[in-house]
Amino acid sequence: MLYREAGQYKTSYAADMAVFPIRQDRIGIAVMLAVAFVAIPLVASPFFLASIMIPFLIFTLATIGLNILTGYCGQLSLGTGAFMGVGAYACYKLTSIFPETNILVWILASGIFSAAIGVVFGLPSLRIKGFYLAVATLAAQFFLEWAFIRIPWLYNYNASGAIEVSTRTAFGVVLTGPTAGTVERYFAVLAIVVLMTWVASNLLRGWVGRSFMMIRDMDIAAELIGVRPLRTKLLAFAVSSFYCGVAGAMMVFFWLGAAEPSAFSINLSFQILFMVILGGLGSLIGSYMGAAFIWILPVLIRMVPEALGLPIEAATVEHINFVIIGALIIFILIVEPHGLARMWQIIKQKLRVWPFPY
Amino acid sequence: METLYLVFIDPFVQMVTAPDFFLQVLWEGFVSGVLYALIALGFVLIFKASGVLNFAQGIMVVFAALSLVGLTALGVPALISFVICIGIMFVLAVGVERMVLRPLVNQPDIILFMATIGLTYFLIGLGELIFGGEPKTMVTEQLLLPTGSTAFDILGGFLILQHIDIAAAVIAIIMVAALGFFFSKTRIGRALRAVADDHQAALSVGISLNQIWVIVWFAAGIVALVTGVMWGARSDVSFALQIVAFKALPVIILGGLTSIPGAIVGGLVIGIGEKIGEIYWGPLVGGGIEGWLAYIIALAFLLVRPQGLFGERIIERI
Repeated sequence: MLYREAGQYKTSYAADMAVFPIRQDRIGIAVMLAVAFVAIPLVASPFFLASIMIPFLIFTLATIGLNILTGYCGQLSLGTGAFMGVGAYACYKLTSIFPETNILVWILASGIFSAAIGVVFGLPSLRIKGFYLAVATLAAQFFLEWAFIRIPWLYNYNASGAIEVSTRTAFGVVLTGPTAGTVERYFAVLAIVVLMTWVASNLLRGWVGRSFMMIRDMDIAAELIGVRPLRTKLLAFAVSSFYCGVAGAMMVFFWLGAAEPSAFSINLSFQILFMVILGGLGSLIGSYMGAAFIWILPVLIRMVPEALGLPIEAATVEHINFVIIGALIIFILIVEPHGLARMWQIIKQKLRVWPFPY
Repeated sequence: METLYLVFIDPFVQMVTAPDFFLQVLWEGFVSGVLYALIALGFVLIFKASGVLNFAQGIMVVFAALSLVGLTALGVPALISFVICIGIMFVLAVGVERMVLRPLVNQPDIILFMATIGLTYFLIGLGELIFGGEPKTMVTEQLLLPTGSTAFDILGGFLILQHIDIAAAVIAIIMVAALGFFFSKTRIGRALRAVADDHQAALSVGISLNQIWVIVWFAAGIVALVTGVMWGARSDVSFALQIVAFKALPVIILGGLTSIPGAIVGGLVIGIGEKIGEIYWGPLVGGGIEGWLAYIIALAFLLVRPQGLFGERIIERI
């Protein structure tokens, strides 16, 4: 009785094709948005916002980006970290050249640069696929990381070699730099992530997403029914890198405040990949779940033993985290290859038929 | 004009005017190439028999070297801890087969690949948890490996060969020969080739797939142990050694995923290529190009020949 579409009649095609055809879903989404936009900023402490919510949302966006490429289009990429770096450096350059412009414009524009680089490194995807492509994206990872270190123009010839965010505003509100308020930053991140999730969900439901999925499921068959593989794959690389680039720009500007090239190392790529796998390949809601899980797990490992009176060293926490995540990845791949998103679907289905299991 | 000269002429002038230095660079490249080839061999062994690209091969190298050093630090004689490490590699092989491969049988390749990335993280965490994350010195002398170096007078200069490098090359050659013999002459080797050829046909003539997987993972583990010892003797044993694994990926791509000679040739090409590139062309762009040159070489090659030097052409049907 909790979750049922009985009695909800659809009278138009548009209603039938809606993203959330069931009323309870729509109410659920509205509640979640209300919580995210109203309840959390009112209740949460600045620490919770700054070190859990903001990074979680940023990683979610990067995960959506990789999910578009790997989950929807079937092209495994290990270069996510570097593409996020491209976004961050592009945003840094843009805002130091044009300091007066609204920072949100540059955050979104930096995705375009990332998309362009992504297309260049996606070019081999026509001839090679699978493992070979994964290795090719590693080339992007190492090359770009090197470029961030060796091209001083990218970090404005700073002595430290790192990019540091100075104070920038949007609509008269200080959003970046040391003086920016946590709540303002949270709202900016949340707004961008919600907007881009909405765009992604519509993009992936339309012909774009369908052609991605065709390429993923069987590329030769897709070609036969008129999907042009090169164009589609490059589009997937572009869209995916755009999302990753925006996420990278937000990571530096709204969360870290400064970043060295090592922030965009291969470990970041793996972290995002794990979020995609755990959350569920080819699912937007799964991207949120995966990001939340991987980001909150280390916090839990640190907090729970402390609350029980068994403090653990920071280094040990990290090691335990590695062990658990590694084991968890294998476990998830074995028991539920579609990740947390599939579990969520199963729960919803159970609720739908409750109390009669069939 | 200036740039063209620096890119196309100056490096060669340097090579000809200082041939002894060039030889030294070649030798360095050759030795790291041999070690890349050894790791790549581990990848190829597993890929041939099970179709899994084992991302964890690199961390297995680190893990093996770390266990060896860690055990020796506990007071176990080095040679005995070497034997114990072989045992650890066997346990690891059985564990991987039970916990990872068997449940994931029949899944798409890419899922298995991701599972080995998970395994990588697991082993990194476990290794650091047990042995600590700080770099350690390899127990070279206790393992009866030579140290020191010899200088030759040659071409108006001199060439310095580290004894450990010579030993590495010799051991690598012995390993490859042994593996070649194992694959072509023994019963298990024939079974391995049968599995590599066709899983189902091999099953139907009574070859146990599970056993074969344990054997190849064990063999790859031994290769990893030897590589770890040799590589650890050249630099310290630490998790920075992982970078070696990332070097082996372009090597197998270049050589073809299923070919043992490919792994060796690929390793040498990448090893020598990146040393020469780094020394002669690196300074033009600020140095440090070793990190990605291997990938660019492999990528450029893939565009011409997607299956690698010695790889099998994959024909797709709908």
